[in-house]
Amino acid sequence: MSQQTTIMALLVLAVGTYLVKAVGPVLASGRELPRVPARLTALLPAALLAALVATQTVVSDTSLVLDARAAGVAAAAVAVVLRAPFAVVVLVGAGTTALVRAVGWA
Amino acid sequence: MNRTTTSHLVLRRALPVGLAVAAYGLSYGVLAVAAGLSPALATASSVIVLAGGSQFAFVGVLAAGGSPMTGAVAGLLLNLRYLAFGVAIAPHLPGGSLGRRALDSYLIVDESVALALGDGRDDVARRFRVVGWTVVIGWIGATAIGAYGGQLLADPEVLGLDAAFPAGFLALLAPWLRTRSGRVAAATGVLLALALTPVAPAGVPIIAAGLGAVVAMRFRDHEPSTPVQRPAALTGGADRR
Repeated sequence: MSQQTTIMALLVLAVGTYLVKAVGPVLASGRELPRVPARLTALLPAALLAALVATQTVVSDTSLVLDARAAGVAAAAVAVVLRAPFAVVVLVGAGTTALVRAVGWA
Repeated sequence: MNRTTTSHLVLRRALPVGLAVAAYGLSYGVLAVAAGLSPALATASSVIVLAGGSQFAFVGVLAAGGSPMTGAVAGLLLNLRYLAFGVAIAPHLPGGSLGRRALDSYLIVDESVALALGDGRDDVARRFRVVGWTVVIGWIGATAIGAYGGQLLADPEVLGLDAAFPAGFLALLAPWLRTRSGRVAAATGVLLALALTPVAPAGVPIIAAGLGAVVAMRFRDHEPSTPVQRPAALTGGADRR
């Protein structure tokens, strides 16, 4: 992965994000977003975040595997249910995975 | 309702948000460096993007071996919701110059819009700006600390940092799982992503999973839902009142 490609991609993300944010304040002051795009943009994060959770938990290269990460994410899920703050959820997930690896279970 | 003083607003509303965002930014800084970004680039990314979930998605795709451009597209799809956020907050921001509106646009994040609109009708613009700048400071500052400190960490896998990504995404996802349409979007997204994983390059299954949102649009929720009332994806429920 070259540094240049990463910087280019970050610029695309930054400029694109800014343009999306600016539509309301700069162009559409006082107007409402039609129902369909409003609903679609509201639901997109749920689909994408869930896909990220799934692939980063059970995918290794291009195959599905169950390893120490699954234990960590399961523990993180418990933390989420208990309404732990974000940083705690992350620490629980990483810590559990590290522990399972250290013990040599997975 | 009386106009609250700015110091009161900062202490009662902005500071807790700032702390939650800082904790989140710290994890982002550490993980961005673990995914291969230099500390300077990680910090710069927080300045120019200022949208935590998408930045996490970007470095998450990199860490999984995907191409940077794939990560950028996944991040952009996550950020499309700011279109609705911007349209929702715009009527509350008094006219002003183009420069002012351009600067206000930068401040549109989950926390600033949710707290500005969710806390009554008075003072919306001021709440939006105070919370927005608090997020800017907390997010960028904490990213820098996490990124430069994260360099010192040992092997990411030994520390379980690869599991920190999905754990973080799960925390961000939680608010959506409380609605039916959110659950359908999530479940469909998971199925699409896992089905495509063996055949598509890393990151592409994530983008395709966005179709889950299209499927979920057919499902109604009992409570009226607007994107803005949907809880802050940035803090992942940490600041739910």
